Amino acid sequence: NSEIFELKAELNSDKKEKKKEAVKKVIASMTVGKDVSALFPDVVNCMQTDNLELKKLVYLYLMNYAKSQPDMAIMAVNTFVKDCEDPNPLIRALAVRTMGCIRVDKITEYLCEPLRKCLKDEDPYVRKTAAVCVAKLHDINAQLVEDQGFLDTLKDLISDSNPMVVANAVAALSEIAESHPNSNLLDLNPQTINKLLTALNECTEWGQIFILDCLANYTPRDDRESQSICERVTPRLSHANSAVVLSAVKVLMKFMEMLPKDLDYYGTLLKKLAPPLVTLLSAEPELQYVALRNINLIVQRRPEILKHEMKVFFVKYNDPIYVKLEKLDIMIRLASQANIAQVLAELKEYATEVDVDFVRKAVRAIGRCAIKVEQSAERCVSTLLDLIQTKVNYVVQEAIVVIKDIFRKYPNKYESVIATLCENLDSLDEPEARAAMIWIVGEYAERIDNADELLESFLEGFHDESTQVQLQLLTGIVKLFLKKPTETQELVQQVLSLATQDSDNPDLRDRGYIYWRLLSTDPVAAKEVVLAEKPLISEETDLIEPTLLEELICHIGTLASVYHKPPSAFVEGSRGVQHKRLPGTAGVSEAPPAVIPSQGDLLGDLLNLDLTPPTTTGPPPPTSGMQMGAMDLLGGGLDSLVMLCDPQMAAGFGAPPAVMPTSFNAPVSGGLDDLFDLGGGVGMPMGSYSPPKTVWLPAMKAKGLEISGTFARRSGVIQMEMTLTNKAMSVMTDFAIQFNRNSFGLAPAGPLQVLTPLSPNQSIEVSLPLNTVGPVMKMEPLNNLQLAFFIYLFFFGFGLYKFNCPNMASY
Amino acid sequence: HTCLHIHDNVLICRNYKGDVDMAEIDHFMPLLMQHEEEGLICPVISHGNVHFLWIKHSNLYLVAMTNKNSNASLVYSFLYKLVEVFTEYFKELEEESIQDNFVVVYELLDELMDFGFPQTTDSKILQEYITQEGAKLEVAKSKVPTTVTNAVSWRSEGIKYKKNEVFIDVIESINVLVNANGSVMSSDIVGSIKLKTMLSGMPELRLGLNDRVLFALTGRDKGKTVVMEDVKFHQCVRLSRFESDRTISFIPPDGESELMSYRINTHVKPLIWIESVIEKFSHSRVEIMVKAKGQFKKQSVANNVEVRVPVPSDADSPKFKTSTGHAKYVPEKNLVVWTIKSFPGGKEFLMRAHFGLPSVENDELEGKPPITVKFEIPYFTVSGIQVRYMKIIEKSGYQALPWVRYITQSGDYQLRTNV
Repeated sequence: NSEIFELKAELNSDKKEKKKEAVKKVIASMTVGKDVSALFPDVVNCMQTDNLELKKLVYLYLMNYAKSQPDMAIMAVNTFVKDCEDPNPLIRALAVRTMGCIRVDKITEYLCEPLRKCLKDEDPYVRKTAAVCVAKLHDINAQLVEDQGFLDTLKDLISDSNPMVVANAVAALSEIAESHPNSNLLDLNPQTINKLLTALNECTEWGQIFILDCLANYTPRDDRESQSICERVTPRLSHANSAVVLSAVKVLMKFMEMLPKDLDYYGTLLKKLAPPLVTLLSAEPELQYVALRNINLIVQRRPEILKHEMKVFFVKYNDPIYVKLEKLDIMIRLASQANIAQVLAELKEYATEVDVDFVRKAVRAIGRCAIKVEQSAERCVSTLLDLIQTKVNYVVQEAIVVIKDIFRKYPNKYESVIATLCENLDSLDEPEARAAMIWIVGEYAERIDNADELLESFLEGFHDESTQVQLQLLTGIVKLFLKKPTETQELVQQVLSLATQDSDNPDLRDRGYIYWRLLSTDPVAAKEVVLAEKPLISEETDLIEPTLLEELICHIGTLASVYHKPPSAFVEGSRGVQHKRLPGTAGVSEAPPAVIPSQGDLLGDLLNLDLTPPTTTGPPPPTSGMQMGAMDLLGGGLDSLVMLCDPQMAAGFGAPPAVMPTSFNAPVSGGLDDLFDLGGGVGMPMGSYSPPKTVWLPAMKAKGLEISGTFARRSGVIQMEMTLTNKAMSVMTDFAIQFNRNSFGLAPAGPLQVLTPLSPNQSIEVSLPLNTVGPVMKMEPLNNLQLAFFIYLFFFGFGLYKFNCPNMASY
Repeated sequence: HTCLHIHDNVLICRNYKGDVDMAEIDHFMPLLMQHEEEGLICPVISHGNVHFLWIKHSNLYLVAMTNKNSNASLVYSFLYKLVEVFTEYFKELEEESIQDNFVVVYELLDELMDFGFPQTTDSKILQEYITQEGAKLEVAKSKVPTTVTNAVSWRSEGIKYKKNEVFIDVIESINVLVNANGSVMSSDIVGSIKLKTMLSGMPELRLGLNDRVLFALTGRDKGKTVVMEDVKFHQCVRLSRFESDRTISFIPPDGESELMSYRINTHVKPLIWIESVIEKFSHSRVEIMVKAKGQFKKQSVANNVEVRVPVPSDADSPKFKTSTGHAKYVPEKNLVVWTIKSFPGGKEFLMRAHFGLPSVENDELEGKPPITVKFEIPYFTVSGIQVRYMKIIEKSGYQALPWVRYITQSGDYQLRTNV
């Protein structure tokens, strides 16, 4: 086109000024997104000039188009080589900076010599630019950089006399090391650490950040070294740049792990951390946001640092919404008996604001305060009731969700408010609020006269409800039935059939079948399971899992700390990278092998129980008398339930066979296959899947005994199949097993039969029949089964090992 | 990471690492709009494995893109630094100034950051070798930018003044949050010491304050001292020296700079106390009565006092009555602004306002914005901080004069109302 043509002519003009203007025009076109790559040779021809500005523009053009014109880019190599030897350091640096940005494989090798010279340049401005160039080149061709020995030169630059060169060398090395985690590039030792700490005092604010971030990767040898580094890092907390402060906080939070808590310095350091963290809240809103996300982590790891600073987290009217929400989160974490009155007053204020998300969170926060600070619970509940009276729809719904949690935390204390809650039933349109309300009605059915009517009102639109509401409704009605069996048989049948027959949702169906089976076979057990006392909910909610928290503390200031996710969760290609951990805690956070002291009760139990016939394991199986009693209790209602049940299932659990309505055949067999695979019946598929064995107890945790296992069903009996391997040097004898209380009442139906002794390196397959009449205790998670294993080892004596079976999930 | 400035479409961009596809920026605006609509704006937005970290300056968005676990606080600090540098270069950072100066902008972007690592960001130093006029550059061409890599990277050598002076401004801002029932929820003082340095050569400065920690260290305890909760210093102050013996020693940047800032947590009595009665009679009117009281020394005077009182967005036909100053209705901000040019300590003033409300009310819920106050009180610091001395030593041995000025002003000064 004509424009390009014109430019071409101008670029080839003899007049310097005209040339320069032409290149400017080219760059201007490039900036607005026009393709001017066709002018490549003409622009490159302008490269050899004394005019620095023109040169910069040509270089800019080169960086942009070299990749699309690799063959032509070679034309530029000579100029680069020449410019790297220019008497003007600005030009040398410009050349070496641009060179690295030309990501064309073919020309990189021509650039090695100029780079090598620039790394040793007399001018620090050139050296600091060359240091970064090594990282650039490494990104294009890592092998080349290693072969050329540039990494060693870069390491030498850490000892450079100029602080800016040191800082850039550190930045470049850290960048390279990140992509090569095992390269041991940043071989930090006390000498290099000392150099870095010295440079820290002299380099620019950005250089300080590179150095601090690099220091954070070091693990001091002992608490003394840790303390001396901390002492030299703390002055950085007074830097005006928030990023310098946060990087310093990272180093201190990490190295603090190694300091003994009784050390005076430890206390001093804790005190020093609070003021700079508070000051970060005066920074620009985006920096405040980063600071708040990090403070959230710091407060979880070391609550003592900011425990007196509640007020600074009070929300201001003009805070951006993202700052408001984060402040609220931290307010809840810092809430304590000492400050709760003020916090509540604030939260109440926020709950009358207009920003929906903020208001919701404020209401939720009031509930969390109630759970966290027992003394304030009553005030919180009355505040929530006030808010319900406002009738603002989303406020009411949030309030009901949190009141449910308050009931869980303080059972039998605030139920007087239920009537008020019930008044608002009709206005609830959010699943979470509906589910919470249903839970409340079911849980307190005996105190709500019209509980059946209330729950029934939800049933009409059962299939339009979300899963959480459906599940809650199912459980709620079963609870109601168990509490008021006489009036609610119809209702429970209705919900069971809705859940099992008409639903495609496997969770809902499974839960329906479990209830159904429980109710039909053993109503006493049903009561024990469904109306079991619930474990109290914990005080702190939304806590970050401790190992993740540790990792995130190592990433303070970075995106990971903003997302509260490990880098591996959002950075491509970082899966293999080792997760960072805090020093000094490696052994602590990893659960030590749970060796139970031999004088423990468990061992006593074990010796009594499992070395004798298994019939005495746990409570005796329910006698027929009990069963009859239960039948009486439920009367005809249960009969009709049993009537609907699969005969195989009934038979399997000792109930009298009943006639099965043919119409029910298909869904039941399908569903029950999912559930307990009660195979063996006519027309029932026998495909009893048993998951492959997995290692339950690694040898290193049990003096050489490795146990792997799985669960299977063989001719209607649940079997625990295990492979025991002796990886120790000595013989093992006297094997015994005990099941701790679990969610399903699983217990051994016979003794563990192991041919003793088990010689070293020998493996043995054992199969242990199980039944489900053991004591029931709800575990978290539900499918957690804890076993205690008992062996006798020559040389070592008795050993008792506790471990969890992870693959209970399939059952 | 990659750094871009964009408006509706990309104004200028610089790809520092080549690891993010530049076309990714096309996802930024739609995502931002979407978040804004949902009322969930956030300074970090992600799309696939690309993360956008952005700030807004007037109508420009400055966006950094990354696909790594970058140091987020560094990125935001850098973006704000960019705004600072561009503003110093072009007076205003706006679409036109970028377009008109794209060559310099590119040069600056190259000098400010290399491969994602921020480099030289001191605009005074940058102006020594990156200028807007190419002609000057020819002269500077052979000059080695020593300051860039010096340990003293904020001051060039060879500065000369006929008269050597340094002006020190101590400015304290008061932040107050008062509840609707009149109790002070939180208050603090954020102080700032600003310098205007007009000194020749490479002077060594030492600033002495009535800092309680310093006095405790040196054993001197004369007169009133101040406890600074947290102190932040300009790059030029030797932090390890301050840490060890509380000495504030430095080689100052030339011209204007903020030497330090500090925060004081002591409970301060709000200097201007506001009592308000706002009565809203639905479908009819709003009546506002505001009483302002100067709770500071009689000798002092607060200047340019502005009391900003929120009114409902559908209010109309304003009527005012003031015992001093004048009140004005600013409908676009839903505010009554009551201005008092000079407000002596100990005095009390009154303002009444009356607004009509439409019979059909706006059913949209409105927030409860607080009353805010702006003021300035010269010759006075609320904390009592004082500059005890400023020692200036330069090897040429000239005499230099330090000048000190104190001022207290409102910071984030909010009083919640009942309506």
